[in-house]
Amino acid sequence: MTEIGLEHYLILGATIFTIGIAGIFLNRKNLLVILMCIELLLLAVNINLVSFSIFLNDLNGQIFTLFILTVAAAETAIGLAIIVVYYRNSGSIRVEDINTLKG
Amino acid sequence: MIAHTIFFYIFSLIAIVSAIMVATSKNTVHSVFFLILDFISISCLFIMIGAEFLGMIMLIVYVGAVAVLFLFVVMMLNVAQKNDEFFQTPTRYSHLPIGLIISLVIFFELVIIVGGWKYKPNLLSASSINLDSNISNTHSIGNILYTEYIHLFQLSGMILLVAMIGAIVLTFKKRTGIKRQSYIEQISREKNTGVSLVDVKINTGVKIDD
Repeated sequence: MTEIGLEHYLILGATIFTIGIAGIFLNRKNLLVILMCIELLLLAVNINLVSFSIFLNDLNGQIFTLFILTVAAAETAIGLAIIVVYYRNSGSIRVEDINTLKG
Repeated sequence: MIAHTIFFYIFSLIAIVSAIMVATSKNTVHSVFFLILDFISISCLFIMIGAEFLGMIMLIVYVGAVAVLFLFVVMMLNVAQKNDEFFQTPTRYSHLPIGLIISLVIFFELVIIVGGWKYKPNLLSASSINLDSNISNTHSIGNILYTEYIHLFQLSGMILLVAMIGAIVLTFKKRTGIKRQSYIEQISREKNTGVSLVDVKINTGVKIDD
C-alpha cells in the first residue's frame, strides 16, 4: 500500500481514460467539452506510457509521449477551427442540435 | 518513500476529481479551468516519477497553449452563459446506460493489464534503450530523439505545419464590402493606366472619376 508501483499509475491512467470515455458518451451540452474529454483520453495514454517507461527502464515510452503531445496539439487546433466554422455556419454547437446525419 | 506515497495520492486524487469536473461541469469555462488543474497535477506526477522533461513540456504545451486556445474559443463562441442541464432532454435517457456500460467495460479491460503485470512481470523486459542514471532526463531524451527518431521528429514538425495551415484555411473568411490590398494589381500598374494627362481649361476644372 505504501509502495507506489506501476499498478497505481496504471489504475490512475485507466480511471482518467474511463472518465474521458464517459464524458464523451454522456455529454449533451456542447462540442467543446467533448474535445476536452478527448484531451483527457490522450492524457491517460501519456500517463500509461510514461509509467511503463520509468518502471521498465526504457526510454522509448517518453519519446512516444512527446509525439503524442505533438499530435494532440495539432488535433486540438484543427478541432477548434472546425468548431468555430460550424458555429459560424449554424449558430449553435450544442450536441443535440447537430443531427444533420440523423445519427 | 512515504512522502512519495502521500504526494502520489494527493496529486492523483486532484487529477481524478478535476477530470470528473471537466466532464460534468455546467459552465464551459469551469471545464477549461479544471482541465488546466488536471494537466498541472499530472505533470507534477511526471516530475515526481522522474520524467522531468515531459512534465515541463506538458505544462508549456497544454497549460500555455492548448488551454489558452480553449479559453479563446469559449470566449468567442458565447457558450459560457448557457447554463444548460447536463442531460438536456429527459425524454432521451437511452444514451445513458449504453455509455456507462461501455465505459465500465473499458475500465475493466484496462485494469486487466495490472493483473497481467502481477502475473508475469518480466513479460515486457526486452528493452533496447535503457535509462542512464548518470545523465539527466532531458539529456538522454535528446540523445535518442535527434539520432534514432530524427525522421519521426521531422514528421511531427510536418504534422504541426499541416495543422497550422488547416486551421488558417478553415477559419479564413473572405468578407465583401471592405477594401483589400492586392499586391498584384499594385505591382502591375503601368504609366499608361495609372497616369492620365489632361488639358485643364480655364474656369472649368477637372472631373475625376474615382
